[in-house]
Amino acid sequence: MPGPAPRRPPTPSLARIGTLVAGALLLGFLALPFVALLLRVTPGELLSRLRGPVVLDALRLSFVTSLAATAIVVVLGVPMAYLLATRDFPGKRLVEVLIDLPMVLPPTVAGFALLMAFGRAGLAGRALEAFGISLPFTTTGVVVAQVFMAVPFMIGPARAGFTNLDPRLLDAAATLRARESFTFFHVALPLALPAILAGIAMSGARALGEFGATITFAGNLPGSTQTMPLAVYVAFESDLDAAVALSVLLLVMAFGLLLGLRAAPVGSFWGQHRARAQGR
Amino acid sequence: MLELKVASRLGAFQLEAELDAADHSVTVLVGESGSGKSTLLRCLAGLVRPERGRIVVDGEAWFDAGTAVWRPAPERAVGMVTQDYALFPHLSAAENVAFGLRAERVPALERRQRVAAALERLGIASLAARRPHELSGGQQQRVAIARAIVLEPRLLLLDEPLSALDASSRRVIRAELRRLFDELPCMTLYVTHSPAEALSFGERIVVLESGRVSQSGPREQLMRSPRSPYVAEFLGVNLFRGALAGGASGGATRIALPQGELEVAERGGEGDVTVVVRPREITLALERPAGTARNVFEGEIEELVPEPPDGELVRVSLATHPPLIAEVTRQAVAALGLSPRRRVFASFKAAGVIVVGEPGG
Amino acid sequence: MTRARTLPALAMLALLVAFVAPPTGRAATGATSQTLQVFAAASLADAFNDLGRMLEQQHPGLVVRFNYTGSQQLAAQLEQGAVADLYASADDRWMSYAKDRGLVVGDPWLFARNRLVVIVPKTNPARIQKVQDIAKGGIKIVLGADAVPVGRYSRMVIRNLSRSEGFPSDFATRTLANVVSEEENVKSVVSKVQLGEADAGIVYHSDVTPAVARYVRVFEVPDSANVIASYPMALVRGGTAPEAAKAFMELVLSAEGQRVLERHGLMPVAASNP
Repeated sequence: MPGPAPRRPPTPSLARIGTLVAGALLLGFLALPFVALLLRVTPGELLSRLRGPVVLDALRLSFVTSLAATAIVVVLGVPMAYLLATRDFPGKRLVEVLIDLPMVLPPTVAGFALLMAFGRAGLAGRALEAFGISLPFTTTGVVVAQVFMAVPFMIGPARAGFTNLDPRLLDAAATLRARESFTFFHVALPLALPAILAGIAMSGARALGEFGATITFAGNLPGSTQTMPLAVYVAFESDLDAAVALSVLLLVMAFGLLLGLRAAPVGSFWGQHRARAQGR
Repeated sequence: MLELKVASRLGAFQLEAELDAADHSVTVLVGESGSGKSTLLRCLAGLVRPERGRIVVDGEAWFDAGTAVWRPAPERAVGMVTQDYALFPHLSAAENVAFGLRAERVPALERRQRVAAALERLGIASLAARRPHELSGGQQQRVAIARAIVLEPRLLLLDEPLSALDASSRRVIRAELRRLFDELPCMTLYVTHSPAEALSFGERIVVLESGRVSQSGPREQLMRSPRSPYVAEFLGVNLFRGALAGGASGGATRIALPQGELEVAERGGEGDVTVVVRPREITLALERPAGTARNVFEGEIEELVPEPPDGELVRVSLATHPPLIAEVTRQAVAALGLSPRRRVFASFKAAGVIVVGEPGG
Repeated sequence: MTRARTLPALAMLALLVAFVAPPTGRAATGATSQTLQVFAAASLADAFNDLGRMLEQQHPGLVVRFNYTGSQQLAAQLEQGAVADLYASADDRWMSYAKDRGLVVGDPWLFARNRLVVIVPKTNPARIQKVQDIAKGGIKIVLGADAVPVGRYSRMVIRNLSRSEGFPSDFATRTLANVVSEEENVKSVVSKVQLGEADAGIVYHSDVTPAVARYVRVFEVPDSANVIASYPMALVRGGTAPEAAKAFMELVLSAEGQRVLERHGLMPVAASNP
């Protein structure tokens, strides 16, 4: 033997190459439509479009409705997520399926179902009409459709956040005279905050982008129910440039929402606490 | 005044325990892991509901299976300190201590005063603004203790509070706890698996084995008459089970053990006996002693453990047949140059062997 | 990389390629298995479905596929590059649009007409007794969006009615103020009225099929104010089955085809050809 073989740098395995290629393909696939959209319009055009009444109306509507919808989803969804994470009860499985249903349902089907329930002739709609409340064709109806579709996107992450809570902390709170509600607000909620913020981002984005259920249930009228996704749909056939401008606007809003909530300064001590909990 | 009598399914076995505690007392609960001591504490805290029994504190029933009374944890005047401290990571030390007071809606001024006093008492006033992850283990434990006692509980429960600390922190806090328990008016229940801690704190010791109380009573009583090998070993007493094996020369009776033979003061009878040899009764020498002691064993020293609080006395574990634990002074260790693996002679008189329990028992 | 790993890796690669590679589409047997893709306005759905089946029977191996939605959407899809053989629009405007952009070849053929009617739910929540009543305050009207042919026609009809005898001059303003939704195709308007969500809607006469008629009441619009919609159709550029497309057009324009259109509520061309 002439001596030790010269050392070569280790060649990357097929698995690693495969993963990189797949990752690059996926990212390219996702990024390309957005880039194509952004390239179609200049910032100047965008700004001038913004001043048109149709766009302003749609922008205002989208902003107001998705804000209201997200707020409702938080108020109703966070306690439900807490219950699901900390309790067992009969029929829990059914509740979980029900909550996930809007996520897998085609939005138009959901809209139709909402009509069946809350339409003028609907199951609950009849009762609402008696009180003078009418949901279809109203801005409130838009919020209802958005809430319906966005709920699972809040409950998923929030539940995970509550599940990850250290049960020993919850026990400690109990021995410190804290009833369930006090513990919820002062221990569970602050510690699950990062997960809840993620839920807000996801459900907010879903509400912002909601289309099928909205157009079916709430209808399409500029100024009262024509949110930005609907406006894009309408503009697509009559004014392509307006459609592009609105789409870019929606894109920027969604991007901002997701990025902003991800980068929230929910800081280093969470990371530290997690590290500690694992190290111990 | 605490009266507890509970029974409940606990994993593979039944928990069936009964214990009492008087006001201003410290009771130590010892047992191996899995013996049910933590569960018992959680029953007292109100975190776990036992199947049967009752828990009565100061005449009030906190739990009574018979009349379906169950007071959940937030309604009990307990304070609990656990091994992992369970401090709220998003709150400062002071906010942690204030937690229970907030839950009870104590007005802000009173709350601040009580928190300051508790921090001062535990010597951590300067750490008030720090978050738990900025504190050392010992400091965190002090915060946990302050958090519990600021609520002036009737029952203070400590579940192995020092076992996560390093040896020196442990010693320091143990001494402070000793002082604290003397001052506190509540009943204290202290769970530990450390003999040193049990001996430091427990005027009364309750031993839990496989879910059952195998012995309970004052410390001295347990040391004098341990009723099980676990208790004996825990308190560092030599306990053996063997059979009376007839007479030996000079008015002694032999006892045959699985690992060897002992000579005890003459007695009649036959059958199995349990005998105890107090560590203090054992003398160590470097050469075979020529005195009156009838029991002489030769073997290597396995371990030398200084006894708390200051190591004036040292426990010596010997790899003799049977294995023995002797207790000698620090000076003796120095004088003889005792160290692990040193071969020594351990001797004790037949009169130093105490028969506990009747033959045949 | 070991032998044991290469085989599954290659298999996965082959699978990936199979999914990614575009299907070659046309079967090797050629003309005997073909697909005719027709883009047609929503109001033509029932009639064209029948005609499509007839064509399939006449030409074994031919499969006719339809894409029904608002004519404006179809035009937009064609502009974006959708592949089709035939485009049938509900008005001249969108056919001109398509012609101007070179999306269709040859001249469009007029093949059907339609008139508009006002429909209200059978339950008639707004108690509409005559066409004038749709201007009543507070009722909910659903129309096609302006870009949809039926939407444009509806607004023309409303304006015409405003100038007609027996109608107040503010009929148009009041009626248009009652519009609560602008639907993207006429079938959505039908649905909302059928469901009882809207108090009234304006749709094509052909939209009131027997199935729909069970749930709605129809009010005819006076001929003088009504708009007669003209339906043109044309061959689409770049289609893959031009022969089949021509065959379909012939069928539609034939007497037999016109009878089918009539059966479904449309007005034949031959009958009202000036």
